Amino acid sequence: MKGLLNDPRIYQIVTLSGLLAFGWLARAFDIDPVHFIAILLTACAAQALGSFMIATKPDFKSPLITALSLTLLLRADTLWPLMAAAAIAIGSKFMLRLNGKHIFNPANIGIVAMVLLTDAAWTTPGQWGTAIWFAALLAGAGLFVTYRAARFDVPLIFLGVFAASLFARAIWLGDPFAIPLLRLENGALILFAFFMISDPKTTPDGAIARAAFAGGAALLAYVLTFHFFINDGLFYALAIATLVRPALEWLDPAPHYKWGDPVTRPKILRRFLPPLKTPAHPAPAE
Amino acid sequence: MQRSLKKSLFAAVSAIAAASLTGGAVAFCGFYVAKADTKLFNKASKVAIMRDDDRTVITMANDFQGDLAEFAMVIPVPVVLEEGQIHVTENAILDHLDAYTSPRLVEYFDDDPCVMYERRELMSAMPMAGAIEEDGGIRKKDSLGVTIEAQYTVGEYDILILSAEESDGLSTWLKQNGYKLPDGAEATLASYIKQDTKFFVAKVNLEEQAQTNLKYLRPLQIAFESPKFMLPIRLGTLNADGKQELFVFTLTRKGRVETTNYRTVKLPSNMTVPVYVKNEFGDFYKTMFEQQVEKENERAVFLEYAWDMSWCDPCAADPLSSDELRELGVYWTGGGDQSGIMPRRPAPQAQDVFVTRLHVSYDAAHFPEDLMFKETGDRSNFQGRYVLQHPYKGDAQCDAAESYRAELPKRFETEAQTLANLTGWDIDDIRNKMNDAGQSFEEPKNDSWWKRLWGNDDKEG
Repeated sequence: MKGLLNDPRIYQIVTLSGLLAFGWLARAFDIDPVHFIAILLTACAAQALGSFMIATKPDFKSPLITALSLTLLLRADTLWPLMAAAAIAIGSKFMLRLNGKHIFNPANIGIVAMVLLTDAAWTTPGQWGTAIWFAALLAGAGLFVTYRAARFDVPLIFLGVFAASLFARAIWLGDPFAIPLLRLENGALILFAFFMISDPKTTPDGAIARAAFAGGAALLAYVLTFHFFINDGLFYALAIATLVRPALEWLDPAPHYKWGDPVTRPKILRRFLPPLKTPAHPAPAE
Repeated sequence: MQRSLKKSLFAAVSAIAAASLTGGAVAFCGFYVAKADTKLFNKASKVAIMRDDDRTVITMANDFQGDLAEFAMVIPVPVVLEEGQIHVTENAILDHLDAYTSPRLVEYFDDDPCVMYERRELMSAMPMAGAIEEDGGIRKKDSLGVTIEAQYTVGEYDILILSAEESDGLSTWLKQNGYKLPDGAEATLASYIKQDTKFFVAKVNLEEQAQTNLKYLRPLQIAFESPKFMLPIRLGTLNADGKQELFVFTLTRKGRVETTNYRTVKLPSNMTVPVYVKNEFGDFYKTMFEQQVEKENERAVFLEYAWDMSWCDPCAADPLSSDELRELGVYWTGGGDQSGIMPRRPAPQAQDVFVTRLHVSYDAAHFPEDLMFKETGDRSNFQGRYVLQHPYKGDAQCDAAESYRAELPKRFETEAQTLANLTGWDIDDIRNKMNDAGQSFEEPKNDSWWKRLWGNDDKEG
């Protein structure tokens, strides 16, 4: 039981499910429940197959989170692009690995692959109403509690740098602040920050490398969106950042994260903050 | 409940609705720059955008109603345009596109409840959007950091392409050349200048205009390549008195277009409304739209139509021909009209053109940023469609007719509630109007079996 509470994935599953349900009830999304079921079944099947091939016990929490993220962020007229995204997402965890970790964030690479390779799937960055945006923000804030400080820095740094870029642009252009605020009031951005880029399995383990990772992804997302006018710049930025991640980890080595671990803190903070407890727990499969 | 729906009727709800929607003059991406103190209002605009990768053709309708000499338009454009990239087209094409994509009313007639039948469908009509723009005249001058990159006369328009180093210079230049700039224009111009935007400035060339023998201004078109898929609306909000209406029609290859920085919401559709709405469809549509705008906190863009251009069902107007589409910039359709268009059925050779109609009511407070678009892969069809269901009026005598009539008041009540919800109209007014239109809420009297036996209604007593 304690292990369950220590695993932030449980909280993620609960809040993402809640967001999806709220989105349905508030009719904020135009999502067919069949889409979710197809994505979920594909993700779980891919997880089962992958686990079987590396002879580990399948854990369905991760594919469930990936399925929820994909359902919230990716749209298609037909089922196959969504199922393909789920298969690519989970498949990448087993097949694209380096130094004992998977390279890409699963839902992210699923989205990027489908958006890049086909016209059949698309993201809908503008389609979140204020209510659902606020709900996503609350859910994201709640994530801090469950992470108990682990990786809490990633969404903060990402959003901070991204917001700073937007406001700096507004100041440079002489635009009203209503414009950067409008851009920040985007449900997909919040979801991305709290539930995608913050994934401890695909962020660097060292605190400094992690800050560089989050800040770099934010700058890249800004540049892609506002200087190259690429609509899905957010997702491309993360895919590129995860590719660069091994280099960052090499510069700032740290033990690999396992679900339930507290975060590592930069040395400078360790002098002021009490030492973190390191709970012993079995390494979960994927 | 074997009501069958049959027959149809083309309820032409006419352009009266259009008039009420669009009202008067309008400006869209630009702002009216009246030389005299003529009160010019930016009310509604119609813009068609062809977009394929970076290729873009923007067509701006112009229903400017004032003195042509006072017409002036300033539009931010991403590149310096050559003369061949500017074109003037006919109003009729945009009107056709407007009619084809308009929200429509469909009528069904209940069949005799005593007979079973097959159903057929019925027809449509709609309010048209309104739109416009205006234009401005200019004299060449090269100072204040303003460069006249190019100068053309195209059709009845005198056009300048300006680039500027700073907004003060540009605004001074515009003022010296007779443009009245609204307050706050400098800041917005400065923002565009820093984004390396050029300015397309147009006025009417009165001599050329006289030669057209037309009493109106024709739509201006510009073609260019740019990674930015957007429509500048910020300048247009500066001198607007209240909200402006904008209709954007996009013609794309992959699928539906939506805004990325504002929510795109489907207009409520496929609702059955009281039959009297037929006579006030324009009013209904306008009121419903306003309701929906409020419901979305005045911050949404509304999807009114999304359809493959090769067909329609029901058709408010025939799909556009290949020639018309080419005129609007759809360069990939074959020249010469092969008339491959089959209304009501997918065409044998698809046009490969997907049309999206977006409708937005905007002001600076709720739409601070220009409209940024993205093309999605969504090819599912959507249309604003409202249904009239006429009850059977004949003298049906059978058990089925009795239960049919008994059901009617409940059905009418549902229609009344639907209409009240959509428009915010008073439910009692709606019920009264329905009564007047023959949709009675009274429970039918159940005739005694012996009356039906001998049919001696007159002799009762």
